[in-house]
Amino acid sequence: MDMQVFLAAFPELLKGAWLTLQLVGVAILIGFTIALPVALLRVSANPWVRALPFAYIFFFRGTPLLVQMFLVYYGLSQFEAVRASFLWPVLREAYWCAIIAFSLNTAAYSAEILRGAIQAVPPGEIEAARALGMSRALTYRRVILPRAFRICLPAYGNEVILMIKSSALASTITLLDLTGMARKIIAVTYQPVETFAAAGVIYLVMIFLFATFLRWLEVKLHANRNPPPGMPN
Amino acid sequence: MLQAYLPQLLAGLWVTVQLALGAVVLGLVLGITGAAMKLSPVGPVRWIAETYTAIFRGLPELLTVLLVYFGGTVVLSALVGSYFEVSAFGAGVAALGITFGAYATEVFRGAILAIPKGQVEAAQAFGMSKLLAFRHVVLPQVWRIALPGLGNLFLVLLKDTALVSVVGLEDLMRQADIASRYTKQPFTFYMAAAFMYLGLTVITMAVLHVLEKRANRGQRRAAS
Repeated sequence: MDMQVFLAAFPELLKGAWLTLQLVGVAILIGFTIALPVALLRVSANPWVRALPFAYIFFFRGTPLLVQMFLVYYGLSQFEAVRASFLWPVLREAYWCAIIAFSLNTAAYSAEILRGAIQAVPPGEIEAARALGMSRALTYRRVILPRAFRICLPAYGNEVILMIKSSALASTITLLDLTGMARKIIAVTYQPVETFAAAGVIYLVMIFLFATFLRWLEVKLHANRNPPPGMPN
Repeated sequence: MLQAYLPQLLAGLWVTVQLALGAVVLGLVLGITGAAMKLSPVGPVRWIAETYTAIFRGLPELLTVLLVYFGGTVVLSALVGSYFEVSAFGAGVAALGITFGAYATEVFRGAILAIPKGQVEAAQAFGMSKLLAFRHVVLPQVWRIALPGLGNLFLVLLKDTALVSVVGLEDLMRQADIASRYTKQPFTFYMAAAFMYLGLTVITMAVLHVLEKRANRGQRRAAS
């Protein structure tokens, strides 16, 4: 392996990594915003209300993300109505298509994670909230959701890590994210081993940093599990 | 329009199935080897397995596919001494198998650790060697415990096969690509491909359910 080539790739690759972080960050934000109502509908007692989120989750978890992204980027242009609509300037851009596909995909996975967490909230706590006279909405806001967020944190963190890895697919629709940038460099230098290895190192570092942050957050949010200050472990 | 291209799509579907099955066989072998290495008392053996899982669980699957396909050609050409091109199918099986193996290592490790220590000690008390005890006592039970985890990994693998179309393998995804370019109906064909993947997922889930039932036959369940 040529160390010179390996090291020389980093400045350009870091520019790509910035786009990767943008894509993942925006997709996670939008994805979570969609996931919350989907998860709430999914735990509804009415089977007809449950059916729609079920179908959405089933489709997005059962098909490859690459297909979903191509459906948005290439597929939608098949319809004249889409091309004529005011949304076309957005749907024409690879950047927004990647974000739409990533958001819808991560929302489906996140909704399932959230559903599991909501159902894992101890029933006694919900009953206690009711006994105190809290309304359903207030119970959700003050008791169920804050508890569910903490319960789902490890699983949700894994989902974010998977999203960082999946974001490499953006390179297939012309975007110069970390993987896209590596492919662009290789097209010029034809040094695939060194360049992909350099990109791999950046992915590993990003994921390591995020995993460390996650562990820190988990300790912080579960203050009750930590020994009180000044106590021996 | 869809009917005219159905044979191509089905041919692609068959390639996808072969790719997934090839990768899962390689991945299971790597996974059980990796798990045995991670539980080894020898330090360096453990470190090799730790490095393997740390790298390939952290790399994007697409990057692994690209690395094996393009890097494999460069490395093998240098080794052979003349130009040697890695096939897209071979690279796909290798890349997806290596990734599956890295995750499977953790699943198998957990399953091996879940088997009561007393059983291995009993086997050794009967005079079985360590290897024999592993083969006759541990491995048969590992399958039952690891199956749900491996099933989930296989469902992920099935969807990751689409990535190999990026390096030109004529799988389901690639055939949908080609058809949508000729017909200018990308939505129709990508949607058709999506439903075929969905079909594969449903069939896999049914098969896994049967396998799990079989693996758990004769297991005592807590009285309720």
